[in-house]
Amino acid sequence: MNFTYSKDQLTYRNTVAALLAGEVTAESIRARWASAQGIDSNLTQQLSDMGLNAMLVPEFCGGLGLSELDFILLAQECGRVAMPEPLVENAMVATAMLSDIACSDLATANQCQDVLEKIAAGDASVACGHWINPYINMADTNQWLLLPHGEEVHLVSTEAVDLIDQRSSDPSRRIFKVNWQPSSRTKIAGGQQGADLWRSALNRGALGVAGQLIGLAESILQRAVVFTTDREQFGRPVGANQAVKHLLADCAVSLEFAKPVISRAAYAVATAPTRADWAVSHAKVAASQAALLSVRHGMQVHGAMGYTWECDLQIWMKRCWAIDKTWGDAGFHKNRIHEWLLNPNALMGAEHTFGKSMSPNNETTLEQGAA
Amino acid sequence: MELTYTVEEQAFRLQVRQWLVDNLPENPLKSFDTQEGFEQHRQWEKTLASGNWGMVTWPKEYGGRGCNLIEWLIFEEEYYRAGAPLRVNQNGIFLLGPTLMEYGTDEQKQRFISAMASGDEIWAQGWSEPGAGSDMAAIRSKATRDGDEYVINGQKIWSTRAVFADWVFCMFRTDPDSKRHHGLSFVFVPLDAEGVTVRPIDQLNGLPGFAEIFFDNVRVPVSHRLGEEGDGWSIAMSTAGFERGLMLRSPARFQQAAKNLMELYRAKRNDILDLSIEDAVVRCYMDAEAYALSTYQTASRLMSGGQIGAESSCNKIFWSELDIKIHDTAMRLLGARGELEPDSEDACAELGTWLDGFLFAQSGPIYAGTNEVQRNIIAERMLGMPRK
Repeated sequence: MNFTYSKDQLTYRNTVAALLAGEVTAESIRARWASAQGIDSNLTQQLSDMGLNAMLVPEFCGGLGLSELDFILLAQECGRVAMPEPLVENAMVATAMLSDIACSDLATANQCQDVLEKIAAGDASVACGHWINPYINMADTNQWLLLPHGEEVHLVSTEAVDLIDQRSSDPSRRIFKVNWQPSSRTKIAGGQQGADLWRSALNRGALGVAGQLIGLAESILQRAVVFTTDREQFGRPVGANQAVKHLLADCAVSLEFAKPVISRAAYAVATAPTRADWAVSHAKVAASQAALLSVRHGMQVHGAMGYTWECDLQIWMKRCWAIDKTWGDAGFHKNRIHEWLLNPNALMGAEHTFGKSMSPNNETTLEQGAA
Repeated sequence: MELTYTVEEQAFRLQVRQWLVDNLPENPLKSFDTQEGFEQHRQWEKTLASGNWGMVTWPKEYGGRGCNLIEWLIFEEEYYRAGAPLRVNQNGIFLLGPTLMEYGTDEQKQRFISAMASGDEIWAQGWSEPGAGSDMAAIRSKATRDGDEYVINGQKIWSTRAVFADWVFCMFRTDPDSKRHHGLSFVFVPLDAEGVTVRPIDQLNGLPGFAEIFFDNVRVPVSHRLGEEGDGWSIAMSTAGFERGLMLRSPARFQQAAKNLMELYRAKRNDILDLSIEDAVVRCYMDAEAYALSTYQTASRLMSGGQIGAESSCNKIFWSELDIKIHDTAMRLLGARGELEPDSEDACAELGTWLDGFLFAQSGPIYAGTNEVQRNIIAERMLGMPRK
């Protein structure tokens, strides 16, 4: 039992965090708002050069062969700077789905391998639709889209679909409805395998959102601390008042007890993906709760400034409000937990926090999500 | 990261489980806030000590097993899973013991630790005073040096377990001219010493779980002082104090309560009209696990050489509010029968110990530093917000 990230994981996190802190500022995000596609292609190139797009791509396809557990800390950093570029969804969900197929015995494995090699080389990117999400963020910036048709998975050229752009309340998000026709030529998986792939995608997507929400919330909290320390009323910083302190302390508590839940979920997705439902749903609910509380209290302590367009807080708040509802909202995930709790075979109790470790056959894998 | 138990850890779990099966008292013990129940619990501490299970993290020389924090968590999980008795000597074994090991002289360790581990000496704690509650630095009770002795005068209050305990560890002002957290010393007093008067205070459940202690020219040898004279505050607030905070409420306790809550929910859910209960049950189970995950993470960090940080001040708020949430939800599920005391004619098995737990849970956000004080600590020390 060891519940710590490795030195390598933390070092890589710090490297990415340093890059993002320099490249993704409130000012540069506002500049993206005024641009056509809403992304900074220079940054996209840098992320690609660092291998971030190909982190979950197997080594035999030219990727880094790493896991969701390696990626989750980066998702938090992407959230911290409110990065508009859809790195987390593309690299951790869409690309990972292609990797799953490339490693499978499906006839389309080679086709997926080709696409993955292009992604690893920085020559292509892929985004992922899902029946649980009505829209795809930044769909137009990718060459390929993974789209669901029932249980089938289709790999479709972006040029072959109609992208109907919608307007998000978060100007950093460029969301599209996709009108398209499935065909046998675009189908790359189906049946039970397709269903499993979509289930994995949902878990990866929800995990990625949870990670980003943690980073977003921590950033909001930090901004709130700075603001309430600088802003003076009645001759002293507003942050010296207990009523203000306690609002932010509650955000800190909520975050502290969400973070290890996200780590467990990342571990579950990386090591026992078919049994990760419970851990992922817990992570999504806990992260959303912490993020929405930080938004509410963070805005409150900003006073009227927090209600303005000028105040940069809106960049973080609107992202939280929007992505909280993606990859399954609170109702979806709480229901999944509730169903599991009512299952007579559910392994409950403290000895099962990490799964089925005390089963008679001594299986030591994480199996909490088993239905 | 490796979130699986090693073969050794699993073997240890099974060893604990088996020992508990073999040694648990057949009938539930009476409350340790009664004379009879107190002695029953003392006996249980002796049983635990006889198998070296009293405090598994302690070194073998003090009756422990030298377990690491993960093994301690496993022990606690099995302990609560088995429904084993609450620990009557928790002030001693969780709070004082580790401090003694860090700051005590060899003589003090020799004198006190084994007797504590064996249950021969049960400890009460004496921090608060009528004028020093959340603001502990306002302590006024004095220990005045007289040769090789201290002469103690003053009053302590809210001293948990003091009614039946053998010893109390206190903070006294040893420098009469000192203010606030200076000039305080950490001193042990036998509760049967001449000049000590213990006045029980009944808690919300009607039992004397804590007491006032009056000191009237009580004499104790200087050798009963822990650490240097005047160092009482820093000893009490030391880093080790945070670790003790980690051990005071192990997550297994809440996970077991959440599991019991789920069983109650499964039995009652068809009668529920209040739809918000479903959400409450899910939340209780999740939060109990979140507390466990956080503790495992902290334990792992400490074991790999890390430090416990200011974020640990979040713990007490989280578990105390969780405890209330769990018991509040249980009472909602029990409905109008929830108020029944266990000796009522109509009491049934379903009521379990929920009422008792519900009443006890109310104290969580208050003791060991109110949650308001904890929030101040989080805001100032963890987030760095301005003090004034």
